[in-house]
Amino acid sequence: MTVFLIRRLMQAVVVLFVMSLIVFIGVYAIGNPIDILISPEADQIERERAIEALGLHLPMWEQYLVFLQRAVTGDLGRSFAFSTPALELIVERMPATLELAIAAMGISILVGIPLGMWAGFRPESLAGRAIMAGSILGFSLPTFWVGLMLIMVFAVHLGWLPSTGRGETVEFLGLQVSIFTLDGWSHLLLPAFNLALFKMALVIRLTRAGMRENLLMDYVKFARAKGLSTGRVIFVHVMKNIMIPVVTILGLELGSVIAFAVVTETIFAWPGMGKLIIDSINQLDRPVIVAYLLITVSMFIIINLVVDILYSVLDPRVRLKEMKS
Amino acid sequence: MTAANGAPTLVVDGLQTHFHTRAGLLKAVDGVSFTVEKGRILGLVGESGSGKSVTGFSIIGLVDPPGRVVGGRILFNGEDLAQASESRLRDLRGNRIAMIFQDPMMTLNPVLRIDTQMVEALQAHQKMDRATALARARDALGQVGIPSPDERLKSYPHQFSGGMRQRVAIAIALLNRPDVIIADEPTTALDVTIQAQILFEAQKLCREVGTALIWITHDLSVVAGLADEICVMYAGKVVEQGAVDRVLDHPLHPYTRGLIGSVPSRNRRGQPLTQIPGMAPSPLALPAGCSFRPRCPRADEGCKVPPPMAELAPGRYARCIHPHLEEAAAA
Ligand SMILES: Nc1ncnc2c1ncn2[C@@H]1O[C@H](COP(=O)(O)OP(=O)(O)O)[C@@H](O)[C@H]1O
Ligand code: SF4
Ligand SMILES: [Mg+2]
Repeated sequence: MTVFLIRRLMQAVVVLFVMSLIVFIGVYAIGNPIDILISPEADQIERERAIEALGLHLPMWEQYLVFLQRAVTGDLGRSFAFSTPALELIVERMPATLELAIAAMGISILVGIPLGMWAGFRPESLAGRAIMAGSILGFSLPTFWVGLMLIMVFAVHLGWLPSTGRGETVEFLGLQVSIFTLDGWSHLLLPAFNLALFKMALVIRLTRAGMRENLLMDYVKFARAKGLSTGRVIFVHVMKNIMIPVVTILGLELGSVIAFAVVTETIFAWPGMGKLIIDSINQLDRPVIVAYLLITVSMFIIINLVVDILYSVLDPRVRLKEMKS
Repeated sequence: MTAANGAPTLVVDGLQTHFHTRAGLLKAVDGVSFTVEKGRILGLVGESGSGKSVTGFSIIGLVDPPGRVVGGRILFNGEDLAQASESRLRDLRGNRIAMIFQDPMMTLNPVLRIDTQMVEALQAHQKMDRATALARARDALGQVGIPSPDERLKSYPHQFSGGMRQRVAIAIALLNRPDVIIADEPTTALDVTIQAQILFEAQKLCREVGTALIWITHDLSVVAGLADEICVMYAGKVVEQGAVDRVLDHPLHPYTRGLIGSVPSRNRRGQPLTQIPGMAPSPLALPAGCSFRPRCPRADEGCKVPPPMAELAPGRYARCIHPHLEEAAAA
């Protein structure tokens, strides 16, 4: 286990390093932030001073070295636009995004698994077919369009739920969270559902496929031959087998939900990291962009690690020491 | 046929199980009859596809759609299971009638511990606290020759070898001390020494506890040392039936004879092995009359009429109009 963790940690450092280099070059290529940051009326001297203050006068490789030097001490630079540390800006917005992503995951699991199980248990039934048709829609409708439709129907026409913002938050473990207030929930529901839709479709398909595959297995017939009730066969024997791939894939997808939150946050004006990154890209706020990407990649790495550990807990046939990478 | 030790445990009478497939009506089991008594072992033999497994599943009511038991009676201690409700069948399954499957790698749930899989089999049929159930499970594992059963209870299936897994499956079948066990080719996937051990133990248990055993196999040599009675199946029908020694020594039906000729045997050493010519017919397109006709060396015009099952000698039944009676008489 320790060897496994150390190896994973070293891999993570390499990935982060390569990642930072690519992002740095990429952002450098997009354009010079000075043209956006400094008002056109500013004179040459002011301009020179600003360039120097931001460290933009150095050649690119030198800028990168400065960045690296600071990065190893945990300093990812100051935002050009806000003049506050980039890391701080992102960490401030992170709870909102995590809350949205976790709520979306929760919805897709709570809705997707029962629907998928039913569709796999009774594939020929009307409900089973309807669920599958629904999952195709979930896959193919674009997130932004569904988001706008949700706002049209539930916020504009019916007026049941607010369309923008995060609502009232409460401090919990030092973080601002909205799931403890009714107002917070009412704001969270639409964006979370919007973000959940694609994953829900995925969960339905995974669960249904697992259900159908497992129901044909000998162990199911043997369990029935023992005289077990259908409920026990499905909810203990089959479910435990289905959950292994579903949990693994969903865990891995959590990272992409956080990344995809960009679209949903923009539509619902949700004050999370996704909205911040869009704003930062518009302003070529390089330190924030780099910091955002590094943090997102770190989250992916941590999530993958947790999923691997969880997988080995769920499936007795897999032990961590046997895992190669 | 009823022996001195009371009514037979299981009487299968004219069982018909058909599958309504897209390609047509498939008569997987078409009029199978046999009787098993307490403490006796019936060998159910035939080539792959002859309907042995479907017969077994019909008895415990686990034929999957599109299959259905469409005719005949399955009398278990006098009660007709062909007419029984699903909940009644569930009461009996694993409790009074147990089944063991062919592939021990597939029959145990890979993600549940052995103790879970054993305790649930007990608790499905009687109110029993976990400690008592575990004690029973431990005894059952010991009974089938699994060393240090206490530790093994906490293991997962993948920690056992194939032979050990099959013993676990047998232990599970034994848990509720059933009246009948249906063993569907349980040793086919195992190597010969382990097969021999399991056969020996199965026979012993059956005699000691008085369980009636139906042992399904395509391998005549397995049945030879194990069973009391034998039923030879071909294309969904029983074609020959009788005491195992007499059937194997002097088969009446050309198919049985062909089967025996294709198995190596000590008392026919030096003689060439003979394969039955041709292939088993598609169950969707059986030849008219005797199903074995296209492959039978004795077939003639008369075989175009379906031959009835007939008692050709005392206790000897066969479904053939030109049986090998001369050899049997000469013996
Ligand atoms: N689920 C099913 N659907 C359609 N046909 C089946 C099904 N199960 C078995 N059969 C058919 O029933 C016949 C008997 O099968 P089976 O009892 O498994 O043979 P075996 O003697 O090898 O155990 C075969 O022809 C097989 O194709
Ligand atoms: S009835 Fe005819 S075809 Fe059928 S087994 Fe007997 S001899 Fe052969
Ligand atoms: Mg079979």
